[in-house]
Amino acid sequence: MPVDIRARVIGNALLSPDYNVLSLAAPEIAASCQPGQFVMVKPGRGTDPLLRRPFSVFEVLRDGTGTPIGITILSKRIGVTTQLLHDAAEGDTIDCLGPLGQPFNLVDPPAEAWMVAGGVGLAPFATTLEALNARRTASVLFYGARSSADLFYLDWFSSRGARLALATEDGSVGDTGRITVPLERELRAAEGRAVTLYACGPEPMLEAVANLATRYGRRCEVSVERVMGCGMGGCYSCVVPLKDGTGGQHFVRSCISGPVFDGAEIVWD
Amino acid sequence: MGLTPDLSVQIGSLRLANPLIAASGCFGYGLEYAGAIDLTTLGGFVTKGLFLKAREGHPPERIVETPSGMLNAIGLQGIGVHRFISERLPDLRRTGATTIVNICGTSIGEYAEVALALSQAEGVAAIEINISCPNIKEGGIQFGCSLGGTFDVVSAVRKATHLPIIPKLTPNVTDPASFAKASEEAGADAVSLVNTFLAMVLDVETRRPAISNGMGGLSGPAIRPIAVRMVYECAQSVKIPVIGMGGVASARDVLEFLIAGATAVQVGTANFVDPFIWTKLVTGLTDYLTRHNVARVTDLVGTVDFSKGGH
Repeated sequence: MPVDIRARVIGNALLSPDYNVLSLAAPEIAASCQPGQFVMVKPGRGTDPLLRRPFSVFEVLRDGTGTPIGITILSKRIGVTTQLLHDAAEGDTIDCLGPLGQPFNLVDPPAEAWMVAGGVGLAPFATTLEALNARRTASVLFYGARSSADLFYLDWFSSRGARLALATEDGSVGDTGRITVPLERELRAAEGRAVTLYACGPEPMLEAVANLATRYGRRCEVSVERVMGCGMGGCYSCVVPLKDGTGGQHFVRSCISGPVFDGAEIVWD
Repeated sequence: MGLTPDLSVQIGSLRLANPLIAASGCFGYGLEYAGAIDLTTLGGFVTKGLFLKAREGHPPERIVETPSGMLNAIGLQGIGVHRFISERLPDLRRTGATTIVNICGTSIGEYAEVALALSQAEGVAAIEINISCPNIKEGGIQFGCSLGGTFDVVSAVRKATHLPIIPKLTPNVTDPASFAKASEEAGADAVSLVNTFLAMVLDVETRRPAISNGMGGLSGPAIRPIAVRMVYECAQSVKIPVIGMGGVASARDVLEFLIAGATAVQVGTANFVDPFIWTKLVTGLTDYLTRHNVARVTDLVGTVDFSKGGH
Protein backbone atom coordinates (compact mmCIF):
# COMPACT_ATOMS: atom_id res chain seq x y z
CA MET A 1 0.00 0.00 0.00
CA PRO A 2 1.77 3.17 -1.14
CA VAL A 3 1.83 6.35 0.91
CA ASP A 4 2.59 9.89 -0.22
CA ILE A 5 5.04 11.69 2.02
CA ARG A 6 6.24 15.26 1.83
CA ALA A 7 9.74 14.07 2.68
CA ARG A 8 12.33 16.41 4.17
CA VAL A 9 15.76 16.33 2.56
CA ILE A 10 18.19 15.24 5.30
CA GLY A 11 21.28 15.00 3.14
CA ASN A 12 22.51 15.42 -0.41
CA ALA A 13 25.88 13.90 -1.23
CA LEU A 14 27.41 14.73 -4.60
CA LEU A 15 29.27 11.69 -5.88
CA SER A 16 30.51 13.31 -9.10
CA PRO A 17 29.52 16.26 -11.28
CA ASP A 18 26.37 14.39 -12.34
CA TYR A 19 25.59 11.78 -9.68
CA ASN A 20 24.12 12.50 -6.27
CA VAL A 21 22.62 10.54 -3.40
CA LEU A 22 19.65 12.28 -1.83
CA SER A 23 18.58 11.31 1.69
CA LEU A 24 14.88 11.70 2.46
CA ALA A 25 13.03 11.42 5.78
CA ALA A 26 10.37 8.89 4.86
CA PRO A 27 10.00 6.37 7.71
CA GLU A 28 6.79 4.77 6.41
CA ILE A 29 8.35 4.02 3.03
CA ALA A 30 11.65 2.94 4.59
CA ALA A 31 9.86 0.49 6.87
CA SER A 32 7.90 -1.27 4.14
CA CYS A 33 9.93 -1.13 0.93
CA GLN A 34 11.45 -4.27 -0.55
CA PRO A 35 14.49 -4.63 -2.83
CA GLY A 36 13.65 -3.53 -6.38
CA GLN A 37 10.69 -1.36 -5.44
CA PHE A 38 10.56 2.30 -6.39
CA VAL A 39 9.17 5.67 -5.39
CA MET A 40 7.65 8.43 -7.53
CA VAL A 41 9.21 11.76 -6.58
CA LYS A 42 8.32 15.35 -7.34
CA PRO A 43 10.82 17.93 -6.16
CA GLY A 44 8.83 21.07 -7.04
CA ARG A 45 5.38 22.24 -5.99
CA GLY A 46 4.48 23.77 -9.34
CA THR A 47 3.25 22.34 -12.62
CA ASP A 48 6.52 22.51 -14.56
CA PRO A 49 7.81 19.86 -14.24
CA LEU A 50 4.37 18.39 -13.78
CA LEU A 51 4.71 14.63 -13.40
CA ARG A 52 6.62 12.65 -10.82
CA ARG A 53 9.63 10.59 -11.80
CA PRO A 54 10.37 7.00 -10.76
CA PHE A 55 13.48 6.19 -8.72
CA SER A 56 14.56 2.91 -7.17
CA VAL A 57 14.90 3.03 -3.42
CA PHE A 58 18.70 3.03 -3.06
CA GLU A 59 19.40 2.67 0.67
CA VAL A 60 17.17 2.34 3.71
CA LEU A 61 18.42 4.70 6.43
CA ARG A 62 18.14 3.61 10.07
CA ASP A 63 18.68 5.36 13.39
CA GLY A 64 20.92 4.05 16.19
CA THR A 65 18.32 1.53 17.27
CA GLY A 66 17.89 0.13 13.77
CA THR A 67 14.51 1.77 13.20
CA PRO A 68 13.99 2.80 9.54
CA ILE A 69 13.86 6.58 9.27
CA GLY A 70 14.37 7.31 5.60
CA ILE A 71 15.53 6.30 2.18
CA THR A 72 18.09 7.50 -0.29
CA ILE A 73 17.80 7.74 -4.04
CA LEU A 74 20.67 7.61 -6.50
CA SER A 75 20.19 10.18 -9.23
CA LYS A 76 22.06 11.03 -12.41
CA ARG A 77 21.52 14.53 -13.72
CA ILE A 78 19.93 14.25 -17.17
CA GLY A 79 16.86 16.48 -17.10
CA VAL A 80 14.78 19.02 -15.22
CA THR A 81 13.74 16.81 -12.31
CA THR A 82 17.19 15.29 -11.80
CA GLN A 83 18.63 18.82 -11.86
CA LEU A 84 16.25 19.76 -9.03
CA LEU A 85 17.26 16.63 -7.13
CA HIS A 86 20.91 17.49 -7.73
CA ASP A 87 20.37 21.01 -6.33
CA ALA A 88 18.15 20.01 -3.39
CA ALA A 89 19.30 21.34 -0.02
CA GLU A 90 18.77 20.03 3.49
CA GLY A 91 15.38 21.14 4.76
CA ASP A 92 13.76 21.18 1.31
CA THR A 93 10.78 18.89 0.93
CA ILE A 94 10.17 16.45 -1.89
CA ASP A 95 6.89 14.62 -2.50
CA CYS A 96 7.61 10.92 -2.39
CA LEU A 97 4.99 8.27 -3.28
CA GLY A 98 5.73 4.63 -2.56
CA PRO A 99 6.79 1.98 -2.18
CA LEU A 100 5.60 0.87 -5.61
CA GLY A 101 6.07 -2.08 -7.94
CA GLN A 102 7.12 -5.70 -7.69
CA PRO A 103 10.39 -6.49 -5.86
CA PHE A 104 13.12 -8.92 -6.84
CA ASN A 105 12.51 -12.56 -5.92
CA LEU A 106 15.66 -13.31 -3.93
CA VAL A 107 17.23 -16.75 -3.69
CA ASP A 108 18.33 -18.63 -0.59
CA PRO A 109 21.62 -20.51 -0.11
CA PRO A 110 23.17 -22.56 -1.51
CA ALA A 111 22.10 -20.56 -4.57
CA GLU A 112 24.19 -17.46 -5.27
CA ALA A 113 22.83 -14.06 -6.27
CA TRP A 114 24.72 -12.16 -8.95
CA MET A 115 23.76 -8.53 -9.20
CA VAL A 116 24.55 -6.87 -12.53
CA ALA A 117 24.55 -3.05 -12.52
CA GLY A 118 25.24 -0.56 -15.28
CA GLY A 119 25.73 3.09 -14.33
CA VAL A 120 22.81 4.48 -12.32
CA GLY A 121 21.40 0.94 -12.47
CA LEU A 122 23.31 0.35 -9.23
CA ALA A 123 20.30 1.85 -7.46
CA PRO A 124 18.25 -1.24 -6.50
CA PHE A 125 21.22 -3.28 -5.31
CA ALA A 126 22.05 -1.73 -1.91
CA THR A 127 18.75 -2.90 -0.42
CA THR A 128 19.09 -6.13 -2.40
CA LEU A 129 22.48 -6.87 -0.84
CA GLU A 130 21.16 -6.24 2.67
CA ALA A 131 18.26 -8.60 2.05
CA LEU A 132 20.60 -11.22 0.58
CA ASN A 133 22.87 -10.92 3.63
CA ALA A 134 19.86 -11.44 5.90
CA ARG A 135 19.28 -14.72 4.02
CA ARG A 136 23.01 -15.52 4.11
CA THR A 137 22.95 -15.78 0.32
CA ALA A 138 26.40 -15.28 -1.23
CA SER A 139 26.50 -12.40 -3.69
CA VAL A 140 28.58 -10.87 -6.45
CA LEU A 141 28.18 -7.33 -7.76
CA PHE A 142 29.03 -7.01 -11.45
CA TYR A 143 29.23 -3.27 -11.98
CA GLY A 144 30.07 -1.49 -15.19
CA ALA A 145 30.43 2.16 -16.14
CA ARG A 146 32.23 4.38 -18.61
CA SER A 147 35.19 4.98 -16.32
CA SER A 148 36.38 4.36 -12.75
CA ALA A 149 35.16 7.85 -11.84
CA ASP A 150 31.59 6.66 -12.53
CA LEU A 151 31.74 3.69 -10.14
CA PHE A 152 30.36 4.50 -6.71
CA TYR A 153 29.84 2.83 -3.34
CA LEU A 154 32.41 0.11 -4.04
CA ASP A 155 33.51 0.03 -0.38
CA TRP A 156 29.88 0.01 0.74
CA PHE A 157 29.22 -3.15 -1.23
CA SER A 158 32.52 -4.95 -0.54
CA SER A 159 32.44 -4.17 3.19
CA ARG A 160 29.03 -5.83 3.31
CA GLY A 161 30.30 -9.00 1.74
CA ALA A 162 29.54 -8.63 -1.94
CA ARG A 163 32.37 -9.78 -4.18
CA LEU A 164 33.02 -7.12 -6.82
CA ALA A 165 33.54 -7.72 -10.54
CA LEU A 166 34.07 -4.44 -12.36
CA ALA A 167 34.28 -3.34 -15.97
CA THR A 168 34.90 0.09 -17.49
CA GLU A 169 34.67 1.12 -21.11
CA ASP A 170 37.98 3.00 -20.86
CA GLY A 171 39.68 0.20 -18.95
CA SER A 172 40.52 2.44 -15.97
CA VAL A 173 39.48 -0.32 -13.58
CA GLY A 174 38.43 -3.95 -13.97
CA ASP A 175 37.82 -5.48 -17.36
CA THR A 176 37.93 -3.23 -20.38
CA GLY A 177 34.56 -3.06 -22.13
CA ARG A 178 31.06 -3.94 -21.09
CA ILE A 179 30.05 -5.71 -17.89
CA THR A 180 29.12 -8.74 -19.97
CA VAL A 181 32.87 -9.46 -20.36
CA PRO A 182 33.45 -10.56 -16.74
CA LEU A 183 29.87 -11.84 -16.46
CA GLU A 184 30.25 -14.31 -19.31
CA ARG A 185 33.66 -15.45 -18.07
CA GLU A 186 32.23 -16.20 -14.63
CA LEU A 187 29.07 -17.82 -15.98
CA ARG A 188 31.29 -20.19 -17.94
CA ALA A 189 33.27 -21.00 -14.78
CA ALA A 190 30.21 -21.43 -12.56
CA GLU A 191 28.90 -24.58 -14.22
CA GLY A 192 27.16 -26.81 -11.69
CA ARG A 193 26.54 -24.02 -9.17
CA ALA A 194 23.09 -22.51 -8.63
CA VAL A 195 23.20 -18.87 -9.69
CA THR A 196 20.41 -16.34 -10.22
CA LEU A 197 21.06 -13.02 -11.95
CA TYR A 198 19.53 -9.67 -11.03
CA ALA A 199 20.17 -6.87 -13.50
CA CYS A 200 19.49 -3.14 -13.70
CA GLY A 201 20.95 -0.67 -16.17
CA PRO A 202 20.65 0.54 -19.75
CA GLU A 203 18.30 -1.47 -21.95
CA PRO A 204 21.04 -2.87 -24.25
CA MET A 205 22.86 -4.14 -21.15
CA LEU A 206 19.67 -5.77 -19.83
CA GLU A 207 19.11 -7.46 -23.16
CA ALA A 208 22.70 -8.71 -23.30
CA VAL A 209 22.57 -10.00 -19.71
CA ALA A 210 19.19 -11.69 -20.27
CA ASN A 211 20.52 -13.36 -23.40
CA LEU A 212 23.65 -14.56 -21.57
CA ALA A 213 21.47 -15.93 -18.78
CA THR A 214 19.39 -17.85 -21.28
CA ARG A 215 22.50 -19.20 -23.01
CA TYR A 216 23.92 -20.42 -19.70
CA GLY A 217 20.59 -21.68 -18.38
CA ARG A 218 20.29 -19.20 -15.54
CA ARG A 219 17.24 -17.39 -14.26
CA CYS A 220 17.62 -13.63 -14.69
CA GLU A 221 15.41 -10.93 -13.24
CA VAL A 222 15.76 -7.50 -14.81
CA SER A 223 14.55 -4.17 -13.46
CA VAL A 224 13.49 -1.99 -16.38
CA GLU A 225 13.35 1.78 -16.56
CA ARG A 226 10.45 3.31 -18.44
CA VAL A 227 8.92 6.71 -18.96
CA MET A 228 6.23 6.52 -16.30
CA GLY A 229 3.27 8.82 -15.81
CA CYS A 230 1.76 7.73 -12.53
CA GLY A 231 3.42 4.64 -11.05
CA MET A 232 0.03 3.26 -10.01
CA GLY A 233 -1.28 1.52 -13.13
CA GLY A 234 -3.51 4.40 -14.17
CA CYS A 235 -1.95 5.73 -17.34
CA TYR A 236 -0.61 2.76 -19.34
CA SER A 237 2.45 4.71 -20.49
CA CYS A 238 5.23 2.51 -19.04
CA VAL A 239 4.46 -0.71 -20.85
CA VAL A 240 6.94 -3.46 -21.67
CA PRO A 241 6.32 -6.07 -24.39
CA LEU A 242 6.20 -9.57 -22.87
CA LYS A 243 5.97 -12.86 -24.75
CA ASP A 244 2.40 -14.13 -24.68
CA GLY A 245 3.31 -17.82 -24.97
CA THR A 246 1.89 -18.22 -28.46
CA GLY A 247 4.62 -16.48 -30.43
CA GLY A 248 3.10 -13.04 -30.00
CA GLN A 249 3.55 -10.29 -27.44
CA HIS A 250 1.44 -8.17 -25.18
CA PHE A 251 2.10 -4.89 -23.39
CA VAL A 252 2.32 -5.03 -19.61
CA ARG A 253 2.55 -2.04 -17.27
CA SER A 254 6.00 -1.94 -15.69
CA CYS A 255 4.76 0.11 -12.71
CA ILE A 256 2.47 -2.55 -11.28
CA SER A 257 3.59 -5.79 -12.99
CA GLY A 258 7.25 -4.70 -12.84
CA PRO A 259 9.65 -2.97 -12.81
CA VAL A 260 11.15 -6.41 -12.15
CA PHE A 261 10.50 -8.95 -14.89
CA ASP A 262 11.87 -12.35 -15.84
CA GLY A 263 14.41 -11.40 -18.51
CA ALA A 264 13.41 -14.41 -20.61
CA GLU A 265 9.83 -13.13 -20.90
CA ILE A 266 10.65 -9.71 -22.33
CA VAL A 267 10.52 -9.16 -26.09
CA TRP A 268 13.71 -7.15 -26.66
CA ASP A 269 13.78 -4.68 -29.55
CA MET B 1 -24.68 28.34 8.17
CA GLY B 2 -23.45 25.46 10.32
CA LEU B 3 -24.64 22.73 7.96
CA THR B 4 -22.35 20.72 5.74
CA PRO B 5 -22.91 21.87 2.16
CA ASP B 6 -24.62 19.43 -0.18
CA LEU B 7 -22.08 18.24 -2.75
CA SER B 8 -24.38 15.85 -4.62
CA VAL B 9 -25.16 16.36 -8.30
CA GLN B 10 -27.53 14.77 -10.80
CA ILE B 11 -26.47 13.48 -14.24
CA GLY B 12 -29.61 12.21 -15.96
CA SER B 13 -30.98 9.51 -13.67
CA LEU B 14 -27.61 9.15 -11.95
CA ARG B 15 -27.05 10.76 -8.56
CA LEU B 16 -23.40 11.35 -7.65
CA ALA B 17 -22.30 11.94 -4.05
CA ASN B 18 -20.10 14.77 -5.27
CA PRO B 19 -19.15 16.33 -8.62
CA LEU B 20 -15.65 14.78 -8.73
CA ILE B 21 -15.07 12.07 -11.33
CA ALA B 22 -11.81 10.39 -12.34
CA ALA B 23 -11.37 10.78 -16.09
CA SER B 24 -11.13 7.94 -18.57
CA GLY B 25 -7.63 6.78 -19.39
CA CYS B 26 -6.30 8.21 -16.14
CA PHE B 27 -7.65 5.74 -13.62
CA GLY B 28 -7.20 2.30 -15.22
CA TYR B 29 -10.26 0.19 -14.45
CA GLY B 30 -10.52 1.74 -10.99
CA LEU B 31 -9.25 -1.30 -9.12
CA GLU B 32 -5.66 -0.13 -9.60
CA TYR B 33 -6.44 2.59 -7.04
CA ALA B 34 -8.69 0.60 -4.70
CA GLY B 35 -5.77 -0.43 -2.48
CA ALA B 36 -4.61 3.16 -1.97
CA ILE B 37 -7.86 5.13 -1.71
CA ASP B 38 -11.54 4.62 -0.89
CA LEU B 39 -13.21 4.76 -4.30
CA THR B 40 -16.42 6.08 -2.72
CA THR B 41 -14.57 9.33 -1.94
CA LEU B 42 -15.11 10.14 -5.62
CA GLY B 43 -18.47 10.97 -7.11
CA GLY B 44 -17.53 8.38 -9.70
CA PHE B 45 -14.82 7.25 -12.05
CA VAL B 46 -14.68 6.53 -15.77
CA THR B 47 -12.95 3.37 -16.97
CA LYS B 48 -10.35 3.22 -19.66
CA GLY B 49 -12.02 3.09 -23.07
CA LEU B 50 -13.39 -0.31 -24.02
CA PHE B 51 -13.99 -1.77 -27.45
CA LEU B 52 -15.75 -5.06 -28.04
CA LYS B 53 -12.39 -6.81 -28.25
CA ALA B 54 -9.02 -6.35 -26.52
CA ARG B 55 -6.51 -3.92 -28.01
CA GLU B 56 -2.75 -3.73 -27.57
CA GLY B 57 -2.32 0.01 -28.04
CA HIS B 58 0.70 1.83 -29.41
CA PRO B 59 4.33 0.85 -28.77
CA PRO B 60 6.34 3.04 -26.35
CA GLU B 61 7.10 5.89 -26.05
CA ARG B 62 3.52 6.68 -25.23
CA ILE B 63 3.83 9.92 -23.26
CA VAL B 64 6.05 12.96 -23.09
CA GLU B 65 5.90 15.83 -20.65
CA THR B 66 5.29 19.37 -21.90
CA PRO B 67 5.23 22.72 -20.08
CA SER B 68 2.53 22.23 -17.40
CA GLY B 69 1.11 19.35 -19.36
CA MET B 70 1.68 16.07 -21.09
CA LEU B 71 1.16 14.52 -24.47
CA ASN B 72 -0.15 10.97 -24.70
CA ALA B 73 -0.87 8.45 -27.39
CA ILE B 74 -1.57 5.22 -25.52
CA GLY B 75 -3.70 3.90 -28.37
CA LEU B 76 -6.58 2.63 -26.22
CA GLN B 77 -4.88 -0.49 -24.89
CA GLY B 78 -7.67 -2.39 -23.21
CA ILE B 79 -9.12 -5.76 -22.27
CA GLY B 80 -12.37 -5.49 -24.22
CA VAL B 81 -15.87 -5.17 -22.80
CA HIS B 82 -16.53 -8.85 -22.09
CA ARG B 83 -13.40 -9.37 -20.00
CA PHE B 84 -14.17 -6.11 -18.22
CA ILE B 85 -17.62 -7.39 -17.30
CA SER B 86 -16.41 -10.78 -16.12
CA GLU B 87 -13.02 -9.89 -14.58
CA ARG B 88 -13.32 -6.33 -13.27
CA LEU B 89 -16.94 -5.47 -12.63
CA PRO B 90 -17.54 -7.99 -9.81
CA ASP B 91 -14.63 -6.54 -7.78
CA LEU B 92 -15.71 -3.00 -8.63
CA ARG B 93 -19.20 -3.68 -7.29
CA ARG B 94 -17.65 -4.73 -3.99
CA THR B 95 -15.77 -1.42 -3.68
CA GLY B 96 -19.01 0.56 -3.84
CA ALA B 97 -17.52 2.75 -6.58
CA THR B 98 -19.78 4.56 -9.04
CA THR B 99 -18.50 3.06 -12.27
CA ILE B 100 -18.98 4.91 -15.53
CA VAL B 101 -17.76 2.89 -18.50
CA ASN B 102 -16.11 4.62 -21.46
CA ILE B 103 -16.99 2.87 -24.70
CA CYS B 104 -15.32 2.98 -28.11
CA GLY B 105 -16.09 1.59 -31.52
CA THR B 106 -14.76 1.34 -35.01
CA SER B 107 -18.35 1.33 -36.28
CA ILE B 108 -21.71 2.55 -35.04
CA GLY B 109 -22.73 -1.08 -34.64
CA GLU B 110 -19.79 -1.74 -32.32
CA TYR B 111 -20.70 1.19 -30.06
CA ALA B 112 -24.25 -0.15 -29.79
CA GLU B 113 -23.06 -3.69 -29.13
CA VAL B 114 -20.68 -2.59 -26.35
CA ALA B 115 -23.42 -0.46 -24.80
CA LEU B 116 -25.88 -3.35 -24.92
CA ALA B 117 -23.44 -5.72 -23.22
CA LEU B 118 -22.86 -3.17 -20.45
CA SER B 119 -26.55 -2.51 -19.88
CA GLN B 120 -27.08 -6.23 -19.36
CA ALA B 121 -24.30 -6.32 -16.74
CA GLU B 122 -24.72 -5.41 -13.09
CA GLY B 123 -22.86 -2.44 -11.63
CA VAL B 124 -22.56 0.04 -14.51
CA ALA B 125 -23.78 3.49 -13.47
CA ALA B 126 -23.52 5.20 -16.85
CA ILE B 127 -21.83 5.03 -20.24
CA GLU B 128 -19.45 7.64 -21.58
CA ILE B 129 -19.21 7.46 -25.36
CA ASN B 130 -15.71 8.09 -26.64
CA ILE B 131 -16.06 9.86 -29.96
CA SER B 132 -13.02 12.01 -29.37
CA CYS B 133 -9.82 9.99 -28.90
CA PRO B 134 -7.30 11.74 -31.15
CA ASN B 135 -4.83 8.84 -31.16
CA ILE B 136 -6.28 6.05 -33.24
CA LYS B 137 -7.13 6.13 -36.89
CA GLU B 138 -10.14 3.86 -36.95
CA GLY B 139 -13.16 4.91 -34.96
CA GLY B 140 -13.89 7.49 -32.37
CA ILE B 141 -12.69 10.79 -33.71
CA GLN B 142 -14.14 10.13 -37.19
CA PHE B 143 -17.58 10.32 -35.55
CA GLY B 144 -16.67 13.04 -33.08
CA CYS B 145 -15.52 15.53 -35.69
CA SER B 146 -18.72 15.31 -37.73
CA LEU B 147 -22.08 16.55 -36.47
CA GLY B 148 -23.88 13.79 -38.38
CA GLY B 149 -21.49 11.14 -37.06
CA THR B 150 -21.96 12.36 -33.51
CA PHE B 151 -25.74 12.30 -33.87
CA ASP B 152 -25.72 8.80 -35.39
CA VAL B 153 -23.45 7.22 -32.74
CA VAL B 154 -25.34 8.79 -29.85
CA SER B 155 -28.70 7.79 -31.37
CA ALA B 156 -27.54 4.20 -31.83
CA VAL B 157 -26.26 3.96 -28.25
CA ARG B 158 -29.48 5.59 -27.03
CA LYS B 159 -31.48 2.79 -28.67
CA ALA B 160 -29.20 0.13 -27.16
CA THR B 161 -29.35 1.15 -23.49
CA HIS B 162 -31.43 2.79 -20.79
CA LEU B 163 -28.30 3.71 -18.82
CA PRO B 164 -27.38 7.40 -18.75
CA ILE B 165 -25.22 8.12 -21.80
CA ILE B 166 -22.56 10.80 -21.92
CA PRO B 167 -20.80 11.53 -25.24
CA LYS B 168 -17.25 12.74 -24.61
CA LEU B 169 -16.54 15.58 -27.00
CA THR B 170 -13.37 16.63 -28.73
CA PRO B 171 -11.94 20.13 -28.48
CA ASN B 172 -10.36 19.68 -31.94
CA VAL B 173 -13.28 21.35 -33.72
CA THR B 174 -14.15 24.98 -34.25
CA ASP B 175 -17.43 24.91 -32.36
CA PRO B 176 -17.75 22.22 -29.64
CA ALA B 177 -21.15 23.64 -28.62
CA SER B 178 -22.71 22.47 -31.88
CA PHE B 179 -21.54 18.93 -31.04
CA ALA B 180 -23.07 19.23 -27.58
CA LYS B 181 -26.30 20.28 -29.28
CA ALA B 182 -26.20 17.33 -31.70
CA SER B 183 -25.62 15.01 -28.74
CA GLU B 184 -28.58 16.45 -26.87
CA GLU B 185 -30.83 16.07 -29.90
CA ALA B 186 -29.72 12.43 -30.23
CA GLY B 187 -30.83 11.68 -26.68
CA ALA B 188 -27.69 12.12 -24.59
CA ASP B 189 -28.21 12.56 -20.84
CA ALA B 190 -25.11 14.77 -20.55
CA VAL B 191 -21.95 15.61 -22.45
CA SER B 192 -18.38 15.59 -21.17
CA LEU B 193 -15.54 17.69 -22.49
CA VAL B 194 -12.78 18.30 -23.27
CA ASN B 195 -10.89 15.28 -24.49
CA THR B 196 -7.24 16.08 -25.27
CA PHE B 197 -5.96 18.57 -27.82
CA LEU B 198 -4.18 17.02 -30.78
CA ALA B 199 -0.58 18.13 -30.44
CA MET B 200 3.02 17.27 -31.29
CA VAL B 201 6.43 17.31 -29.63
CA LEU B 202 9.65 16.84 -31.57
CA ASP B 203 13.15 15.92 -30.46
CA VAL B 204 15.24 18.51 -32.27
CA GLU B 205 18.46 16.47 -31.96
CA THR B 206 17.01 13.47 -33.79
CA ARG B 207 14.19 15.35 -35.57
CA ARG B 208 11.89 12.56 -34.48
CA PRO B 209 8.51 12.86 -32.75
CA ALA B 210 8.84 12.31 -29.01
CA ILE B 211 6.15 9.63 -28.98
CA SER B 212 5.76 6.63 -31.25
CA ASN B 213 2.42 7.70 -32.70
CA GLY B 214 3.89 10.97 -33.93
CA MET B 215 1.07 13.07 -32.55
CA GLY B 216 -0.83 12.75 -29.31
CA GLY B 217 -3.35 14.38 -27.01
CA LEU B 218 -2.32 17.29 -24.82
CA SER B 219 -3.69 17.40 -21.27
CA GLY B 220 -2.85 19.04 -17.97
CA PRO B 221 -3.01 22.58 -16.57
CA ALA B 222 -1.67 23.96 -19.88
CA ILE B 223 -5.05 23.41 -21.57
CA ARG B 224 -7.34 24.50 -18.72
CA PRO B 225 -8.34 28.01 -19.86
CA ILE B 226 -9.33 26.73 -23.30
CA ALA B 227 -11.30 23.90 -21.72
CA VAL B 228 -13.11 26.32 -19.40
CA ARG B 229 -14.09 28.45 -22.39
CA MET B 230 -15.43 25.42 -24.30
CA VAL B 231 -17.35 24.12 -21.29
CA TYR B 232 -18.86 27.57 -20.85
CA GLU B 233 -19.95 27.67 -24.51
CA CYS B 234 -21.49 24.20 -24.35
CA ALA B 235 -23.32 24.91 -21.10
CA GLN B 236 -24.82 27.99 -22.76
CA SER B 237 -26.06 25.88 -25.68
CA VAL B 238 -27.68 22.81 -24.12
CA LYS B 239 -30.10 22.02 -21.29
CA ILE B 240 -28.51 18.68 -20.37
CA PRO B 241 -25.67 18.67 -17.81
CA VAL B 242 -22.15 19.35 -18.99
CA ILE B 243 -19.28 17.48 -17.33
CA GLY B 244 -16.18 19.66 -17.56
CA MET B 245 -12.55 18.64 -17.62
CA GLY B 246 -9.16 19.80 -18.78
CA GLY B 247 -6.23 20.42 -16.47
CA VAL B 248 -8.10 20.37 -13.16
CA ALA B 249 -5.48 20.15 -10.42
CA SER B 250 -7.07 21.82 -7.38
CA ALA B 251 -10.39 22.67 -5.75
CA ARG B 252 -10.03 26.13 -7.25
CA ASP B 253 -9.97 24.58 -10.71
CA VAL B 254 -13.04 22.44 -9.96
CA LEU B 255 -14.87 25.59 -8.89
CA GLU B 256 -13.86 27.37 -12.07
CA PHE B 257 -15.47 24.67 -14.22
CA LEU B 258 -18.62 24.60 -12.06
CA ILE B 259 -19.02 28.36 -12.29
CA ALA B 260 -18.46 28.16 -16.04
CA GLY B 261 -21.42 25.80 -16.29
CA ALA B 262 -20.23 22.28 -15.52
CA THR B 263 -22.47 20.16 -13.28
CA ALA B 264 -19.61 17.77 -12.55
CA VAL B 265 -15.88 17.80 -13.17
CA GLN B 266 -13.43 15.13 -14.27
CA VAL B 267 -9.85 14.97 -13.11
CA GLY B 268 -7.23 13.17 -15.18
CA THR B 269 -3.60 14.18 -15.35
CA ALA B 270 -3.62 15.56 -11.78
CA ASN B 271 -4.48 12.07 -10.51
CA PHE B 272 -1.18 10.87 -11.97
CA VAL B 273 0.66 13.48 -9.93
CA ASP B 274 -1.35 12.93 -6.76
CA PRO B 275 -3.49 9.80 -6.41
CA PHE B 276 -4.66 11.12 -3.04
CA ILE B 277 -6.05 14.33 -4.57
CA TRP B 278 -9.71 13.36 -4.08
CA THR B 279 -10.07 14.03 -0.36
CA LYS B 280 -8.18 17.32 -0.86
CA LEU B 281 -10.66 18.35 -3.58
CA VAL B 282 -13.67 17.41 -1.43
CA THR B 283 -12.26 19.39 1.49
CA GLY B 284 -11.44 22.39 -0.69
CA LEU B 285 -14.88 22.36 -2.26
CA THR B 286 -16.62 22.09 1.11
CA ASP B 287 -14.50 24.90 2.56
CA TYR B 288 -15.35 27.19 -0.35
CA LEU B 289 -19.08 26.53 -0.14
CA THR B 290 -19.04 27.11 3.59
CA ARG B 291 -17.00 30.30 3.24
CA HIS B 292 -19.35 31.65 0.57
CA ASN B 293 -22.46 30.49 2.38
CA VAL B 294 -23.59 28.33 -0.53
CA ALA B 295 -25.82 25.43 0.55
CA ARG B 296 -25.58 23.24 -2.51
CA VAL B 297 -22.73 22.81 -4.97
CA THR B 298 -25.30 22.91 -7.77
CA ASP B 299 -26.05 26.53 -6.79
CA LEU B 300 -22.68 27.44 -8.29
CA VAL B 301 -23.26 25.85 -11.68
CA GLY B 302 -23.26 28.39 -14.50
CA THR B 303 -22.96 31.49 -12.34
CA VAL B 304 -20.34 33.49 -14.22
CA ASP B 305 -20.81 37.14 -13.24
CA PHE B 306 -20.23 39.42 -16.22
CA SER B 307 -21.83 42.42 -14.53
CA LYS B 308 -18.57 44.23 -13.92
CA GLY B 309 -17.15 43.37 -17.29
CA GLY B 310 -14.38 41.16 -15.99
CA HIS B 311 -12.30 41.12 -12.88
